Amino acid sequence: MENAGSNPRSSGSLHRFANPGRFLRLTDNWLPWLSWAALIVLGTGIVWGLWLAPRDWQQGETVRIMFVHVPMAWLAMGGYMGLAILSLMSLIWRHPLADLTARELSPIGAAVTALCLLTGSLWGKPMWGTWWVWDARLTSVLVLFFLWLGHAALVRAFDDPERGARMGAILALVGVVNVPIVKFSVDWWNTLHQPASVTRLDAPGMHVDILYPLLWCTLGFTLAFMAVTLAATRAAVMERRVRALQMAAARRADAPGGAMRSVEA
Amino acid sequence: MTRKKRRLYILLLCAIGLGSATALTLTAFQDNLVFFRSPSDIVRETPPPGRAFRLGGLVEEGSVQRQGEYQGRPAIRFRVTDGAHAIPVVFTGVLPDLFREGQGVVTQGMMGEDGTFRAREVLARHDETYMPPEVADALKRSGHWNPAQGAAPPAANWNTLDPQRPPAGQRSGS
Repeated sequence: MENAGSNPRSSGSLHRFANPGRFLRLTDNWLPWLSWAALIVLGTGIVWGLWLAPRDWQQGETVRIMFVHVPMAWLAMGGYMGLAILSLMSLIWRHPLADLTARELSPIGAAVTALCLLTGSLWGKPMWGTWWVWDARLTSVLVLFFLWLGHAALVRAFDDPERGARMGAILALVGVVNVPIVKFSVDWWNTLHQPASVTRLDAPGMHVDILYPLLWCTLGFTLAFMAVTLAATRAAVMERRVRALQMAAARRADAPGGAMRSVEA
Repeated sequence: MTRKKRRLYILLLCAIGLGSATALTLTAFQDNLVFFRSPSDIVRETPPPGRAFRLGGLVEEGSVQRQGEYQGRPAIRFRVTDGAHAIPVVFTGVLPDLFREGQGVVTQGMMGEDGTFRAREVLARHDETYMPPEVADALKRSGHWNPAQGAAPPAANWNTLDPQRPPAGQRSGS
């Protein structure tokens, strides 16, 4: 970057922006594309899921909660696997962008998991007859929610952001054991929650008229998830860059005779 | 060995340790993590009267009776079966929408002295098949599936089924 050649104290932190800078330029055009694609897919998905798709033979209209609930559940687990990969990158390669993305990802993941729990609760009351039970599936998803929240809180709990990122990465990797528990809880133990309909080895237990809008809504929510995560990460990179520039300016003001060369804003 | 490689190996080692610890714990808890017990479990090992537990299974065909009183309110009596054994249940209160004969239920309560399970709460289970009512009708009409006798046939047979037409090879006329 153009800041190469500043004094050793700041070159360490400025070097960290080599990658994020390229990231900003690279993803400059992605955000509008992702957002529009998500809007279009979700817009059609709402019409398809809420009006065009058939009722279920035993659950009636209530089955339409599935078009939000199931994508949220998949995103909660898939997003967590993403967080685990970012944590690996952070711990092994000390990738600064992975730290930033993980930090921005966890509140979004917590929101998605909360929506999964909420819609599931709204679905459970009319169908099962209860808002909540402590069966293995529901409890393990609640644990997943707390892992997301815990990660979001932990990475922000340290004065040194690098230390927070490392602790968060360790927590995220330890929490990965919960993901297969969420997935297979309905097979390993008897639960009130029914087993998987789509992600199983044999054919989906779902008529295509219900399956296709579900997959379409999943695509839409995934695009929206990626768009929000990308926007948050870009904002965080820019925020950090602004802060670095401010710090450099403040240091320059404090030590006018220092060896530091001027940093262009 | 570079530092990156060493970090990778340390993480792999931790993953193996954590994974096997979790696997062992889950295996140890296997029997305690059940949400409900089946009638066969109860017949094999009857919990003492006054001890609350959950009983799960299917509502036996033709066993639902709405007569008499239980705790001063209209009683609902039915039998919960898992095929091998059945346990009579008495309940009063609001049943979930999905409650019907042949449906999976989970009831919470305790055994009475007379061998009847006194339920405080009845929850409905449903299976993982979703299909339009017309397809369910077509399957039932063609004799491919009786909901009271368990789950629907493999979805490969019907998930492209046109609701307007009965399944292939069946008599026509709807």
